[in-house]
Amino acid sequence: MNNFQYSRASDVADAIRLLAADPNAKLIAGGTNLIDLMKENVERPSRLIDISRLPLRDIEETADGGLRIGALVPNSDLAYHPLIEQRYPLLASAILAGASAQLRNMASVGGNLMQRTRCAYFYDTTTPCNKRSPGTGCSALDGLNRNHAILGTSSSCIATNPSDMSVALAALGALVHIAGSAGERTLALTDFHRLPDDKPHADTNLGSGEIITAIELPPRGFARNYSYLKIRDRLSYAFALVSVAAALELEGNAIIEARLALGGVAHKPWRSLEAEAALRGQAATPDHFGRAADLLLQGATARSHNGFKIELARRAVVRTLMQATSATPQSQAHKKIA
Amino acid sequence: MNAYVGTPTSRVDGRAKVTGAAKYAGEFAADRLLHGFVVEATIPRGRIVRLDSSDALKVKGVVDVLTHTHRPPLADKDEAWKDEVAPEKGSPFRPLYDDRIRFNGQPIALVVAEDWETAKFAATRIRVEYEQEAFATDLESERGTAAKVDQPHKPRGDAAAALTRAAVRHEADYVIPSEHHNPMELYATTAVWEGNGGLTVYDKTQGVQNVQKFLCGVFRKKPEDIRVISPYVGGAFGSGLRPQHQVVLATLGALALKRSVRVVLTRQQMYSLGYRPMTIEHVALGAKPDGTLDAVTHEAIAVTSRFEDFSRNDTGWGEQLYKSPNSRLSHKLVHLDLATPCDMRAPGAATGVCALECAMDELAVALKLDPIELRLKCYSDRDQSGDLPYTSKQLRECYARGAEAFGWARRNPAPRSMRDGKDLVGWGMATGVWEALQMPVAVRIVLTSNGHAEVSCAASDIGTGTYTIVAQVAADALGLPIENISVRLADSTLPQAPVEGGSWMAASSAHAVLGAAEDIRQELARLAKAMPGSPLADVDAATVTLVDGMIASNGRNGPALSIADVMRHSKLERIEKEKLNQFAEDKSHARNTHSAVFAEVKVDEELGVIRVTRVVSAVAAGRILNTKTGRSQIMGGVVWGIGMALHEETVMDHRFGRIMNANIAEYHIPVNADIHDIDVIFVDEPDDRINKLGVKGLGEIGIVGVPAAIANAVYHATGKRIRRFPITLDKLLE
Ligand SMILES: Cc1cc2nc3c(=O)[nH]c(=O)nc-3n(C[C@H](O)[C@H](O)[C@H](O)COP(=O)(O)OP(=O)(O)OC[C@H]3O[C@@H](n4cnc5c(N)ncnc54)[C@H](O)[C@@H]3O)c2cc1C
Ligand code: SF4
Repeated sequence: MNNFQYSRASDVADAIRLLAADPNAKLIAGGTNLIDLMKENVERPSRLIDISRLPLRDIEETADGGLRIGALVPNSDLAYHPLIEQRYPLLASAILAGASAQLRNMASVGGNLMQRTRCAYFYDTTTPCNKRSPGTGCSALDGLNRNHAILGTSSSCIATNPSDMSVALAALGALVHIAGSAGERTLALTDFHRLPDDKPHADTNLGSGEIITAIELPPRGFARNYSYLKIRDRLSYAFALVSVAAALELEGNAIIEARLALGGVAHKPWRSLEAEAALRGQAATPDHFGRAADLLLQGATARSHNGFKIELARRAVVRTLMQATSATPQSQAHKKIA
Repeated sequence: MNAYVGTPTSRVDGRAKVTGAAKYAGEFAADRLLHGFVVEATIPRGRIVRLDSSDALKVKGVVDVLTHTHRPPLADKDEAWKDEVAPEKGSPFRPLYDDRIRFNGQPIALVVAEDWETAKFAATRIRVEYEQEAFATDLESERGTAAKVDQPHKPRGDAAAALTRAAVRHEADYVIPSEHHNPMELYATTAVWEGNGGLTVYDKTQGVQNVQKFLCGVFRKKPEDIRVISPYVGGAFGSGLRPQHQVVLATLGALALKRSVRVVLTRQQMYSLGYRPMTIEHVALGAKPDGTLDAVTHEAIAVTSRFEDFSRNDTGWGEQLYKSPNSRLSHKLVHLDLATPCDMRAPGAATGVCALECAMDELAVALKLDPIELRLKCYSDRDQSGDLPYTSKQLRECYARGAEAFGWARRNPAPRSMRDGKDLVGWGMATGVWEALQMPVAVRIVLTSNGHAEVSCAASDIGTGTYTIVAQVAADALGLPIENISVRLADSTLPQAPVEGGSWMAASSAHAVLGAAEDIRQELARLAKAMPGSPLADVDAATVTLVDGMIASNGRNGPALSIADVMRHSKLERIEKEKLNQFAEDKSHARNTHSAVFAEVKVDEELGVIRVTRVVSAVAAGRILNTKTGRSQIMGGVVWGIGMALHEETVMDHRFGRIMNANIAEYHIPVNADIHDIDVIFVDEPDDRINKLGVKGLGEIGIVGVPAAIANAVYHATGKRIRRFPITLDKLLE
């Protein structure tokens, strides 16, 4: 671990000022990802700016009937908040599918959006990795890539984004509120994370001096027909091989509106408007779900060890949509997949 | 006599453990304690050309950086480095000895500082230049270089010919990856500088006297200069049988700086210690049409380091268990640029029996026989390899009791025939077998006139429950309540004990306690009879027993005297007896524990997700000293077996010769959600031949057979035979 300076930000403006003053400074919230990476010498910030006491812990209703969630709301508080449980259970479920109770108690909304890939080479500073050390090469391309991306990859990086929460947020059409020295701006969650192209060191479109202040959920919560299904190598406490967030609005068996996002398959939560459009107006049947899955997975390519993910994702999409249709969402507490 | 032995007595150290009163090696305090952080090699093979610690030394708080060119002297003969458990062949690894890099993660420097964080930070300031050499770490690509290990085994009959003529034959490779122990407690040593070159070394180890002798050899110290203590061990599973790097490094630091030094390895660094070696198990079975075996051949090809030949008995189990006129075994090693493997729970058997029992299942399918029926057809009441009778063998009963508890009779033998909603249901079974070993152990008992006894021995309790069974046996033998027994273990100055391993400690320590307690009984009988007007004067000393604080005769019905009165009257505050117990050598019988393991899996047909929903393990292991700790021991073995079947794998990138999942987020073991019902049955197995109490030991048998039972259940559920462990869902979807 590196030696570093420590400052506690007194307000958001102070945090932005501190960030601007030191390009190698990093914000720290729950610390559950950043500290691990510092221990591995992957992140070597010269200064930690502690934002954990900033007043960004509120969950408020917005004028249009949505919700605004402060960037420092702990993952657990968010998952168990009555408004989230009632109106956005998909989000609650996705959060509870991630990490462990202890980690979720510490982890913040902002930190969760910013968590970095679990690619093993990224963590091992003795191996080449374009994301960690730009220009050194990508060890995963021809190495251990069983957990890696099948969509939106580039020849510089095939890492996945590990967040579960982001997958649900992508499906729900969430917005990310950002503040920086140039003022405030808002990005759609689906535009917040980026694909690796030839700059895999950048996970997101957040500017170097910017801070996430909140996320916003639109009014539509899909509280009846939804499910989050996470497939992994053990039944809990493991990152997704593939995960699916599905949300439907049904009239009888007809699909009025559909949302679908995949986790564990790309550098960002993977959503396809085309796949969702193909579902609209159709009957909620396995066949239609299979077709939507094919559209969502269009262009999927495998490396040596992750080919299984393509078929697995396709089947998982169908299963999740079936769970959503029957209003029997996947439980994150039961020791079984429904 | 049996108020405690055989009962579900709670752990006598339970309270100390849950309240934090129990201290572990890294928790002992010392004056002006220094902290060492290990710097590891980042290449698998080559030479250190330059190791520059100048920047590290500039860091405030750093006291020294020890390296192969800057350290106190270390022994230069292999004999000094060979501990009790070292492989016979080879030259043990010596930390900070020279410029050679023998494996990735090898310790190459120790940064010593006033606090741990400073040492850790300064470690990043060390610059190393290597001369890298060509290396190999992949067993499968190097399979062709495998070299045969000498084994006592003599081929029986002509297995090759028998295989050729076999009516039904099954032959396959089973591949089991390397696995790391990952005990909860990190490896740690606090070496306390006592002045004048003397050291008290608190170490995480399975054998304090082994470490003590080793340190004396390596550092050329007199036995009285080094004392090793390890009162509690937070799991070790074999990884603590040999002295580990950190004990050498902490001792080196203390001797160099004449101050106390603590070294705690990080979780990641524990992946450069020993491991269960990856093994390719080739099994070929030939059967007659009626299902009796005609040939068993088993070849194991396992990983070892370039500098030591580590091998265990992977291949002998089938030959021992199952009747077959022809058999041939061989064990081969592939030398790679890796650390030397070491024992891990049921070494050899966990892997070898896994392959054997999968192969037996495949043979049963080929023969259209029920898997239990096949095993009963080949059942042998004698150990086939030595043609010896067993001291006891209730394996038949294990099959019967296990099958009944599991409901095996309701199994439809056809694969993919049983369902539960979207899940395919599979039922599989396997046999487990392990040795019942026993070793010389000495125990000292000090009985005081207040009716309290202290029992002490150098043996370790690695979480298995040694404290508790020693207390139980002593309480029964001395006729005292268990609360009046205090047990001291794991101090090298206490009476002799070997490392705790191989499942031998329960039987060995229990009989050592009996031996010392017998001497106490004789002494008390003599004193009691000698008292003026003693009611026991005419009673034969050999027949008096210690019961309820009394020296009693004719059970509890004859004349008796209180122990306290006798001691007081004899003006004795204490009676102290130390006795070494040696088991008479008896080559006329085979000694083994057995089990029958039954597993139910549910496999999501579309998604390939596997759950082990039920396991029944029926164990025959002689007399069970403590049914509570014994049951926990078996359950732990079953959980580990589930991990071995479905989760555990040390993943290497052979281009770098590095382990890529050296942490417990990515190295998967089962979590609670993966564990469902586990039913442990102890089958009655009276054994008056093996030892006085009829005890065999339980440490290893719990895991043996479990991975095979699960793999066989997965086949039964899905019709797919996965022979490369762990069985992950991608292998089912392929
Ligand atoms: C063993 C383990 C298992 C896990 N399993 C899962 C899992 O299954 N699924 C899953 O989704 N996650 C998992 N996680 C990851 C966990 O969700 C994240 O570590 C957590 O969400 C990060 O939040 P934090 O507040 O602790 O972030 P920190 O560690 O404090 O920060 C992480 C990053 O975010 C930046 N940051 C923090 N707040 C802001 C802000 N407001 N604005 C801008 N930047 C900010 C920091 O600068 C830093 O770069 C796991 C973690 C561990 C250690
Ligand atoms: S996939 Fe990305 S993170 Fe992994 S090694 Fe390649 S560049 Fe690095």
